[in-house]
Amino acid sequence: MAQFSLPENSKVKKGNHHALGEGGGRIKTFNIYRWSPEDDENPRIDSYEIDLDDCGPMVLDALIKIKNEMDSGLTFRRSCREGICGSCSMNIDGGNTLACLKSIEDVKGEVNIYPLPHMLVVKDLVPDLTHAYAQLTSVEPWLKTETPEPKGRERKQSPEERDALDGLWECVLCFSCTTSCPSYWWNGDRYLGPAVLLQAYRWIADSRDEFTGERLDALEDPFRLYRCHTIMNCAKTCPKGLNPGKAIGEIKKLMVQRQG
Amino acid sequence: MLKSSSMKTPLAEARGLGTAKSGLSHWWHQRLTAIAMIGLVAWMCVIIVMLIGADYPGAMAILSHPVNAALVMLFIGVGFWHSSLGLQVVLEDYVAHEGVRLALIIAIRMVLVLLGAVSLLSVLKIAL
Repeated sequence: MAQFSLPENSKVKKGNHHALGEGGGRIKTFNIYRWSPEDDENPRIDSYEIDLDDCGPMVLDALIKIKNEMDSGLTFRRSCREGICGSCSMNIDGGNTLACLKSIEDVKGEVNIYPLPHMLVVKDLVPDLTHAYAQLTSVEPWLKTETPEPKGRERKQSPEERDALDGLWECVLCFSCTTSCPSYWWNGDRYLGPAVLLQAYRWIADSRDEFTGERLDALEDPFRLYRCHTIMNCAKTCPKGLNPGKAIGEIKKLMVQRQG
Repeated sequence: MLKSSSMKTPLAEARGLGTAKSGLSHWWHQRLTAIAMIGLVAWMCVIIVMLIGADYPGAMAILSHPVNAALVMLFIGVGFWHSSLGLQVVLEDYVAHEGVRLALIIAIRMVLVLLGAVSLLSVLKIAL
């Protein structure tokens, strides 16, 4: 049956407040979801006051500052800090995005930070993406050919054929879109979700790939593909400005096209 | 999101039972019936307006005209077909338990077929 409230041990409680203390110019409060598997405590929201005059411009800068100077226990993923690695995806100010690309100035009032929605939490802001990564592997996101590689040169592609990959290759696999999709929340065990379907289309659209039909065959399923109901949270939330909903629409068009 | 105590590998979980190799025809028929309903609903509105102020024999005459009767029957058939496809999607979205989901899909389809049959028979009784 439907559950209308969280189980007792999942209810989020108010946590610790870390005040800035003396002085400070422009103070901003960050409310951050905390949960550790190592104790039996409920999740809690800890708040941290930051002086923006003594902090970098992005939300990730604030998280690193908190970890370095206020609370070394705070756990999150980050690497490149410039929107290329896709590690620091999280829910900031109610939307999924990359902490390194989200400007603190763009958030009005206090900054609320949670892990990506509807995934199991490993710790604090780190979600368990095991299943999503396995779904990515299942669409075989690499070039598949039978024709042997030409000797002494690359596999050729016209400029127009290369252009077909624009808007697809830029995806950094942060799974902000997938975890913003209600269809993925309800049926993520079988629905592949926007990030993986965009990757699937990236290889369907690649003129050098020789397994287009097999790729379409593998997607023709009421759950894997057709759970997309064009809600379009994916396109709205993508920190790279991509449109997974459009890529899914293109897959559906090809499904119709090959019928006759 | 997944909470499994299974020892299967993540890839085995993701691949599951494999592709159903269907889904396109359900999706396509949902679109086709939706397009057809645009015209049929418009025509139904015209018929309802024509029925305003009509007495019983007048209303019977309008509904028994072959074009009107055929379009009302199409409206009923296509409408219930579209409902069946749409409600199945809603149930697949929101009912997680596979047994309950299947039972509800079967039950709703039966009810819609019954309602459709009764409605079509009613039009036939007037038209013939």
